[in-house]
Amino acid sequence: MDLESLLSKKKIYTVSEITKEIKLLIVDNFYDIWIRGELSNCRTAHSGHIYFTLKDEYSVIKAVFFKKFHNEIKFDLEDGMKVIVHGELDIYEKRGEYQVIVDYIEPEGIGALQIAFQQLKEKLEKEGLFSPEHKMPIPPFPEKIGVITSPTGAAIRDILNVINRRYRGVHIIIYPTLVQGEGAAEEIVSAINTANERKEVDVLILARGGGSIEDLWAFNEEKVARAIYSSEIPIISAVGHEIDTTISDLVADLRAPTPSAAAELVVKNKSELATHFKDLVQRMLNRMTSIVNQKKDTLSHYSEEILERRIKNIIVNKTMIFDDISKALDNSFENIINNYKNRFKQGVAKLESLSPLSTLARGYSIVTKPPKKTPIKSIRFISPGDLVLTLLADGEFESRVTRVDKEIRRLKG
Amino acid sequence: MDTSISFEQAIKRLEEIVRELESGEIEIEKALSLFEEGTKLTRICAKKLAKIEKKIEILRKGKNGEDVLELFEGLEE
Repeated sequence: MDLESLLSKKKIYTVSEITKEIKLLIVDNFYDIWIRGELSNCRTAHSGHIYFTLKDEYSVIKAVFFKKFHNEIKFDLEDGMKVIVHGELDIYEKRGEYQVIVDYIEPEGIGALQIAFQQLKEKLEKEGLFSPEHKMPIPPFPEKIGVITSPTGAAIRDILNVINRRYRGVHIIIYPTLVQGEGAAEEIVSAINTANERKEVDVLILARGGGSIEDLWAFNEEKVARAIYSSEIPIISAVGHEIDTTISDLVADLRAPTPSAAAELVVKNKSELATHFKDLVQRMLNRMTSIVNQKKDTLSHYSEEILERRIKNIIVNKTMIFDDISKALDNSFENIINNYKNRFKQGVAKLESLSPLSTLARGYSIVTKPPKKTPIKSIRFISPGDLVLTLLADGEFESRVTRVDKEIRRLKG
Repeated sequence: MDTSISFEQAIKRLEEIVRELESGEIEIEKALSLFEEGTKLTRICAKKLAKIEKKIEILRKGKNGEDVLELFEGLEE
């Protein structure tokens, strides 16, 4: 068998074809990789892209870091720097070279934690621990607020400062824990569980002041994430500064950028609801005042008992409600309340002048059909033969209806 | 009326009452009874607002390892 016939049975690639095949193999398998190595031959091209090689003791690999990804890193690249890069492998077909298209670089060291963070984040995300459907609403008017944090840390100090400044009516229960180092994660889990067993607070704030990624690590642990997820009390996560995102932040029902912000949020809800309440009371008083004014004619038909009882209720409630409200609310509202108080007094005075007693005293009477006590307002409710009761200022009399007529004859002409 | 009603529940009912009062033509009798209920709710809410005073507690372990709520003395300056 000669070479020619041997080759005829074999697939013969062109250089381009085999390069394409290799490219496919590589891009399909290495599109999401982390590589640890040392930077060398760093150079920035005119285009702004940075080219370098990554090396270790035995091998080198070429890499390009396109300009569009540069915002992702907060340090400058230097030869000799030990780094971890993320990216995908690609083939530069013209030269038959493979290289890493880098989209993220970080110095080694914190890198290990970052990778752990990234992996846990992906895992929990797949499981649905961050899903918006699972998040509980934060109660708008929590009577008791639980804070899981260190009783000596910056977080509790910040939270108490905000509450002292912004809103006096807050009841806080601190569930003390370590917030960093050995055992911190376990203590946080146990505090979340304790709060859920005791069921005494309406919302929990999980708080810690700023720090390095190592300091904040307890809040990136899987057991803490799972405890937050299973909590039946809504949890606000307030860990570190605004730029730090922890796993706790992602699982929690709400993320506050800082502990102070968490406190502001809870308190803001309370004062917003108090304002909403004032608004409702204002609208109710306003509407009732205008109803009383509009309906004063109708009111004169009302039976003595009903109207008196109503007026009494309004007067009693009115004085109490205004006292309570002005005690509870701020000065800006007091003026409005006083305004309504006066308008109400006038409204009630009108009611009183319209009460049947004064109407009867003016010579009018009220007709009812026993056993009903409501006044008869239309002849539609009366038929010949009905027994009716007529009220006058000084007494009442019973009579039987002999005629019902749509027109009022007697007063005519 | 149930005074153990929560602030949120009271506000919700108050919202309904105001909506009903504001919904155009309304019988005076109905308006008065709504107003009566509304003023009671208002008193409950106002009391709740006034009542809640600042209180900071901390959950500590007691002598026998049981949980005890103590007043939180605050932070050492």
